[in-house]
Amino acid sequence: MHQGSSPELRLQGSRGETKGVPTGLHGGQFTQMRIPVETFRLDNGLFVTLSEDHTAPIVAVNLWYHVGSANERAGRTGFAHLFEHMLFQGSAHVGSNEHFELIQRAGGTLNGSTWLERTNYFETVPSNELALALWLEADRMGELLPAMTQEKLDTQRDVVKNERRWSVDNQPYGTMLEKLQELVFPSTHPFQHSLIGSMEDLSAASLDDIAQFFATYYTPDNAVLSIAGDFDSTDARALIHQYFGPIPKGKGKPPLPPMKLPPVFGAPRREVVHDNVSLPRLFMAFRSPLFGSDQYYAASVASGLLGMGKGSRLHRALVRERQIAADAGAFTLDLAKASDLLVVDVTARPEISVAQLEEEVEREIDVLHRAGVSDEEVQRAKALIETDLIASLQSAGERADRLSMFATYFGQPELINEQVDRYRAVTAREVNELIAERFGENNRASLIYVPRERVESEDMLAAAAGAG
Amino acid sequence: MGTALRPKAGPPRSYRFPEFTDERLPTGIRLVTAEVSKLPVVTLLVLIDAGSTNDPVGKEGVAALTAGLLLEGTAELSGTEISEKFERLGTSVDSGADWDSAVVKLTALSDRLDDAATLLGRILSEPAFPEREVERLKAERLAEILQLETEPRGLADEKFSEFLYSPDSRYSKPDDGSAETVSSITRADVEGFFRANYRTSSVTVILVGDISAKSARALVEKAFNGWTPGAAEGQPLIATPRTNRKCVHIVDKRDAPQSELRVGHIGLPRKVPDFFPTLVMNAVLGGLFGSRINLNLREAHGYTYGANSYYDWRRGPGPFVVSTAVQSDVTSPALREIMLEIDRIRAERISGEELSLARDYLDGVFPIRYETTAAIASALATLVVYELPADYYDTYRANIRAVSADAVLRAAQTHLHPDLLQTVVVGDAQAIRDAVADLDLGELRVHES
Repeated sequence: MHQGSSPELRLQGSRGETKGVPTGLHGGQFTQMRIPVETFRLDNGLFVTLSEDHTAPIVAVNLWYHVGSANERAGRTGFAHLFEHMLFQGSAHVGSNEHFELIQRAGGTLNGSTWLERTNYFETVPSNELALALWLEADRMGELLPAMTQEKLDTQRDVVKNERRWSVDNQPYGTMLEKLQELVFPSTHPFQHSLIGSMEDLSAASLDDIAQFFATYYTPDNAVLSIAGDFDSTDARALIHQYFGPIPKGKGKPPLPPMKLPPVFGAPRREVVHDNVSLPRLFMAFRSPLFGSDQYYAASVASGLLGMGKGSRLHRALVRERQIAADAGAFTLDLAKASDLLVVDVTARPEISVAQLEEEVEREIDVLHRAGVSDEEVQRAKALIETDLIASLQSAGERADRLSMFATYFGQPELINEQVDRYRAVTAREVNELIAERFGENNRASLIYVPRERVESEDMLAAAAGAG
Repeated sequence: MGTALRPKAGPPRSYRFPEFTDERLPTGIRLVTAEVSKLPVVTLLVLIDAGSTNDPVGKEGVAALTAGLLLEGTAELSGTEISEKFERLGTSVDSGADWDSAVVKLTALSDRLDDAATLLGRILSEPAFPEREVERLKAERLAEILQLETEPRGLADEKFSEFLYSPDSRYSKPDDGSAETVSSITRADVEGFFRANYRTSSVTVILVGDISAKSARALVEKAFNGWTPGAAEGQPLIATPRTNRKCVHIVDKRDAPQSELRVGHIGLPRKVPDFFPTLVMNAVLGGLFGSRINLNLREAHGYTYGANSYYDWRRGPGPFVVSTAVQSDVTSPALREIMLEIDRIRAERISGEELSLARDYLDGVFPIRYETTAAIASALATLVVYELPADYYDTYRANIRAVSADAVLRAAQTHLHPDLLQTVVVGDAQAIRDAVADLDLGELRVHES
């Protein structure tokens, strides 16, 4: 029930549909590794993906609703996430908190999460409890509202406010995501406002808002259901028809305002945050190709060669060689609309000034921009990404989540099987083109955290110097 | 609607924890392997009996530092070269120490495992501990310690340990060392710790994934052969409490929007005969989303985003702790509810519903815990570190199911001690002090953070 994204998969590609080979997931050669993918759509629009694997008696059920904080209206920031909490408060045939209890009683794990573009709900259960997981998801998709009460809303509002205090306000650098969103997206852009929301907006949310949001977005035609693991396709289809079939189709959702953004910021952006932190930390964001686009893979490799592993450029240069950073990394947010962001994240050593931190990182990015990267660096990053991709497919929950993601964003869950090849195909030339286009001064947004105490002492030093 | 009728569970399919082999190789190294060939990946874990409880007095943190430095240079290779070599094979290696062991871990695609394991074996047998890297890792640890000052969660955990154990207990200090002890560590200390602790009889290699036991044996015999024979000399662990009376400590954070709470006392060593009843008891008390403490603090009162309790299992008696963060103005009522829940589980037998929830969950979730090669390797490491029987995972579920409500009550009465509870609050002292003082939590002290 947390905000935020998990490090997710990447993709795009052809339409090859593989039908189930329900045994192990690979046939000796990992180059041919494919997970089986079946798809169908119910009359009410629910898109379903199935992927059988009978190696363990476990099955994962995963639902993506194509709604996130981007769909919130003004004055209701944080609502998509608050709503996600309400989905665990029962539905027509499920008591308050019974959702958690029934799944845990069955020996399952579960959660949900909210992101800018989507909200997901997921369970992994022993395979003989598949019906329970599907039934619970269908009951809350079909009949949530009879269970909603003011009291439940008030309690969950308090819980979410405490989540905000815990993960944002009382956590060093906890405001990073919302500050970054503010800095890099235009003021009216759907990605600009806080995902977890403001305390004021959370206070204002009403039961009417719940009903309206539910009717608009929590409809079968705005969702993808994925099942991965140990199940029988025929049985699963029957259950899905029985539980989800009667849910009426939605009436359509309001279109998002235009999201498209130019490929670069146009000019450098910079914001300094004086906060209760111990060490200066710089997040430098670059507009980057959309998740899943052809250029995305080059950007993802660039992010990997900059910040993945101790052999990465930033770690090598800033942590190991020059020793000005306590930590250095890079990541992409994997946004499929508007513009993705590639973020470089460097925490200074205690003795390093904020100016020095910025200067050193700028210099590193300048060198990258001017001279590009070698084929060796590209190979290193690609090798690391490939292992991560394949290792992550071990978990049924991960497979189901990625199937839902590819189906939601691109209508093609089969893309899960093309990711390794997409990454393998990336060349140093493509990475260098990407770097030339996106790492210039006209595409950098710096968010800098400065320890509050340091500001005071530096101010005092300046004052003392001035007085002398 | 289609959901009017609740479904019934189908017949469960059987599950077995992966079969594994466990042997001592001629080199003296112990090898544990499990062949799991769903995907072409292998996790390799090297476990060395060189955890933080082996730190010499005054040099706390040297075990962690040594483990971190294993990959920072040999006579031939620099730390950078080592990282790059592994990463070109598509694997990053992690190394570190916890209380009980040093652990080096990597996951690789199976066709690159040979190269990765051979490289790792060579590097681990001859680390050079370059002076520059020793100083750098020390500086990074000192930066981490500084970060803790503004990180309420970590600070609360650390202060809790400090107030729980007597100052001469290794457990009273952070496992990675304090600013004072880390500053005092020299390259010679690291080298000395390595020579004393990194011996063949202290090493277990665990291989899980797309590899047969036979190939694993050949690989490990070839790759891990340069170690000093013999066993490390352990040292006795002191784990006495700092006080025998309950106390409450407020660590002051002016204007903190939340109070981080830790309530507990010294718990139990991992290899305790009462392990299963205690596990089920804790699940009911605070180990599950549907546990008493979480339902009370989060779902009934909305005080917090989450509250739980756990035993921090170690070879020696680690802490038992209730942990949560609540908005500042409800600090006192939240503490009162925690105390009530601890009293209640000692006072009366848990209901059949509660017992079945905890047992069914722990029993049912068992296969889900071992989906990945990394998770299976960690489970095998647990067997090795705590000297659990080879059939531990095969009997685990039956052992869980055998726990009765009476056994849970006995575990609560035997292993929870309301009169010994130590309470740590990291929060705004001025705002919460009076209300906390009104509770019967023992002597109250306020500390500057």
